Amino acid sequence: MRPDPLDATFAALADPTRRAILARLASGEASVTELAKPFAMSQPAISKHLKVLERAGLISGGREAQRRPRRIEGEALAVATGWLERYREVWEGNFQRLDTLLEELKANEAKRGDKKRKGDKK
Amino acid sequence: MTNIGLLEITTPSDREIAMRRVFDASARLVFDAWTKPELIKRWLGVRAGWTMEVCEVDLKVGGKYRFVWRSPDMTMGMGGAYREIVPPVRLVSTEKFDEAWYDGEALDTIELVERDGKTTVTTTVRYVSREVRDAVIKSGAASGVAESYDKLAELLPSLT
Repeated sequence: MRPDPLDATFAALADPTRRAILARLASGEASVTELAKPFAMSQPAISKHLKVLERAGLISGGREAQRRPRRIEGEALAVATGWLERYREVWEGNFQRLDTLLEELKANEAKRGDKKRKGDKK
Repeated sequence: MTNIGLLEITTPSDREIAMRRVFDASARLVFDAWTKPELIKRWLGVRAGWTMEVCEVDLKVGGKYRFVWRSPDMTMGMGGAYREIVPPVRLVSTEKFDEAWYDGEALDTIELVERDGKTTVTTTVRYVSREVRDAVIKSGAASGVAESYDKLAELLPSLT
């Protein structure tokens, strides 16, 4: 049975080195040598990470040796982040309405506070 | 550091999804907004086209709550029971959607920390298992994995 593609995507994204590789590839193609440079890691170690990213469909281009540049594949990442976007939208909407409500509650309290203070003076 | 309005979404464990957000109000007001029906109705789930038709809250340990939303062409309901109520700092309740496609109830924990008149709210939803959490995530209806949304968000602009 083929693993669920979204599982592979999230498993691939769970590693900080692989996220850093994706971030680097987001700004353009790069070879394994170039990708290995910022990390204190051997090229074979980097190649291993690249394989995981490839299997998840997050990058492409790595079939031949070291020199072939790797490219980011937006579609798999978009699927993985699509629901997150929706979830975020829903809750940002909820919380913006809550912000408005809290402002109103604060204003009401301030008003009541004024009245109370005025009342106290009498 | 207070970043009012910034929503953080994380997965603190393999069964949980958490959100953190700072509000410019006292914990007492935020707690009220989360527990009083007349206030809940004003913000929770009432996006354009939706209203809260039922909003019942029996705010005591073991007491039940029930929410039903309606749009022109559908209704959506959920409910649960309160497990811990510590105003205005902590609220724990169970959660189950009427049309839940996943097993068991989820456990919601809301924690409020007030500082300088602002309140940081952390809500954590814990599912019965990692499989359930991931199923919920995949449904797109309710929440997220991946260690840090912000790291993903950084990648997104360059992909569009």
